[in-house]
Amino acid sequence: MKLLKLVPDDTNIKFLKWGVPFFITGMALIVASWALVAVNGLNYGVDFAGGQEIRVTFVGEAEAPVAEIRETVDALPTVDNPVIQRFGEPNQVSIRVALPAEAEGDPEFANRMTEEITATLQAEHSDLRIDGVDSVSGKVSGEFRNDAAFALIAAMLAVALYIWVRFEWQFGVGALFALFHDVSLTLGMFALFQLEFSLQIIAAILAIIGYSLNDTIVIYDRIRENLKKYRKMPLPELLDLSVNETLARTVMTSLTLLIALLPLLLIGPASLFGLVAAITLGLFVGSYSSVYMAGPLLIWMGVNSKSFVPEETATDKQDRAARGEV
Amino acid sequence: MLDFPTWKKTWLWLIAAVAIFAALPSLFATTDLRWPEALPEPTVNLGLDLAGGSHILLEAEADQVAAQRLQNMEEGVRTVLEDAEPRIRIGDVSTADGRMSFMIDDASDVDRARELLMPLVNGAGMVREWDLTVIDETRLVLTPTEAGTEQAVTDAMDSATEVVRRRIDALGTREPTIIRQGDTRIVVQVPGLDNPDQLKELLGQTAKLEFKMVDETALPTDVAQGIAPPGSQIFPYVEGSAQEGTSVAVRRLGGIRGDSLVGSQQSFDPQTNEPVVTIQFDQQGGARFAKLSTENVGKLFAIILDGEVLSTPSFNEPILGGSAQISGSFTTESANNLSISLRSGALPVDLAVIEERTVGPDLGADSIRRGMLAMMIGSLAVVVLMIATYGRFGIYAAAALVINVLMLLGIMAWLNTTLTLPGIAGFVLTIGAAVDANVLINERIREERKRGRRVVAAVENGYKEASRAIYDANITNFIAGVLLFLFGSGPIRGFAIVLVVGLFTSVFTAVTLTRMWVAGWLRKNRPSDITL
Repeated sequence: MKLLKLVPDDTNIKFLKWGVPFFITGMALIVASWALVAVNGLNYGVDFAGGQEIRVTFVGEAEAPVAEIRETVDALPTVDNPVIQRFGEPNQVSIRVALPAEAEGDPEFANRMTEEITATLQAEHSDLRIDGVDSVSGKVSGEFRNDAAFALIAAMLAVALYIWVRFEWQFGVGALFALFHDVSLTLGMFALFQLEFSLQIIAAILAIIGYSLNDTIVIYDRIRENLKKYRKMPLPELLDLSVNETLARTVMTSLTLLIALLPLLLIGPASLFGLVAAITLGLFVGSYSSVYMAGPLLIWMGVNSKSFVPEETATDKQDRAARGEV
Repeated sequence: MLDFPTWKKTWLWLIAAVAIFAALPSLFATTDLRWPEALPEPTVNLGLDLAGGSHILLEAEADQVAAQRLQNMEEGVRTVLEDAEPRIRIGDVSTADGRMSFMIDDASDVDRARELLMPLVNGAGMVREWDLTVIDETRLVLTPTEAGTEQAVTDAMDSATEVVRRRIDALGTREPTIIRQGDTRIVVQVPGLDNPDQLKELLGQTAKLEFKMVDETALPTDVAQGIAPPGSQIFPYVEGSAQEGTSVAVRRLGGIRGDSLVGSQQSFDPQTNEPVVTIQFDQQGGARFAKLSTENVGKLFAIILDGEVLSTPSFNEPILGGSAQISGSFTTESANNLSISLRSGALPVDLAVIEERTVGPDLGADSIRRGMLAMMIGSLAVVVLMIATYGRFGIYAAAALVINVLMLLGIMAWLNTTLTLPGIAGFVLTIGAAVDANVLINERIREERKRGRRVVAAVENGYKEASRAIYDANITNFIAGVLLFLFGSGPIRGFAIVLVVGLFTSVFTAVTLTRMWVAGWLRKNRPSDITL
């Protein structure tokens, strides 16, 4: 049986030849992402901004009267600039309204607004079916923002700490930097395209952190192994060797994740689109950050085989002897 | 590494079988088949975003509890000192800054007053509830202790939770979940409820019913300007009543509360045919109501609900039967809601809805259908790719993947966790990522073969060398998943649960089980070469 081979054997691509330009590009993208977040801002969904998102279906119509709904909802005294979007089928829309400033200190405000909007729409459209309501008060959304920021920062620091303990401090810094790159670019994309930024996206970013780290760990593990094996090899060459050796795995795993996620992205529930889109995006960003962000940093921070010599235990020696590598 | 004694194999199969068994009831539930009743039936709960239903987060105003406590204290102090033999006279009562302070007219009464107030100060529980100090010899100051206030808030929340439960039960909804969260919050989840308006109305109604005597000496002009005579306070008429927009002055003390009821029903006034609420006091409340009505025949009293006056009828005669009729421009529905609220008791504190998430049953069902379909297509694609790339080893990986999904579902059922919409994404992600272990192992075996190792040594080394990275990667993912669980809420937690449980099942299936199968195959066939 002839098996599929996505990556030819014994590749020898000089990844790090382009290390510096790529690293600089990566840095520029990080800066650009944060600039976008600062200038455009993130398009916070109700989870983080407070307010409500109401999803409705016009059962008797082929297409939802988006313009008319916008007018009706906007005419309500408490509502300013509602966001009306198609959501799933053509006759389904989501109506998103942010909390106005006067809602400050009134926890019931969001709740009353929801009732007002649904009552108004139902009065005009008897075929209206309310599929879902998310109504979040300013107090709760503030807590969500804090918790989300804390979870992201804590996760990045905790995994970097773990890598430091398992490898060397340089690897921990490298991994943390690669993660920072991935998270920044994801945020930048959300700021650029003004995609709705909700709690689900935080979950997506934490999943990205996990899978980007998979790549980093696999490459690091190989670097460590090669550092022990080839004591004299210059570091850039050794990094290239390690990346090439693990290239088949990197491509294959990214591909399996991608083909698992694509159907969910294309035909999955509309409510999951943001989450899956963010993870898919992170998949690409995460794969190259392990090579181009984490790699050059290791060289500059002076990783060498001495970092791991004391780690060779008696068992390692025996193993090596058994393999005939003395 | 490749040595699998029979006992080990038995255990591995047993673990897999038990976990898969637990997945069956949940799978049966999606078909027309019925799960035999004699067998245990662990099932994965569907989150409200999949099953449809309403999630409501209520928050209590803790300050209110303190204010109510202070008012109770004032009434208690007055009653105790007035009932004392001989009576202790007090003056200059103030309840500013959350403390109560007052002067005792006769300095020689101070010690006696302290003695009498001790039961109020110490309270019934283990903690001292108030600090009692004497300043300037005749002024007594009562300050609530922190422990006392905390205890009062906790008690109020406990009883508020109970009241919420009774009100929801009265609606007849099935299997609501009502949980205290943090210090001042209550989470209410009602599956299958797609229009929570009535529920929210019920929970938003504190249902604090009071009967207070109208201060008929108050000048209408003063009342209109919001100026109350000493000892009285002003309450507005409720929205929708004939006197909406005007207010009434009522005597602050000496009324009775409608919290000692044994029943309440919605009914109709026999004369006007208006919807009314009929209430029945318990024995003590009935006696107090009888006393109030006897002493005040011919006088007006105000029926006050949650700080708003419903109506101001007069006592035409002493009411001795212990039951009363409340009228106040009700609709049948609002009278019905009020009777439920009164029956289930007043909330000790106002509750505000600070978060609501409702999903209609159609949207939930559609999400499940689409999610399942996407998951199946995705799994199939992964299986095909794995087999095409790794041949026999790919088949092992694919078999492991199927067992992985079933075990994941089964363990979630044993743990009685909830599957949410993001949880479905977690399943898909787990499917895509679980084979990473197989990819790592198989690529490593390829490499080892290329370096000229014999088959058995290559396989052994492949598993061994790949394991380090697999474990490190899983542990870091575990860290991220746990943090997501801790700081996430609701549906997001469902995502974290799937990811974290999926890490364990995927290491078990993708590493341990495939190793067992590969070892068995190598032992039996002793191939001199492998296609990989």
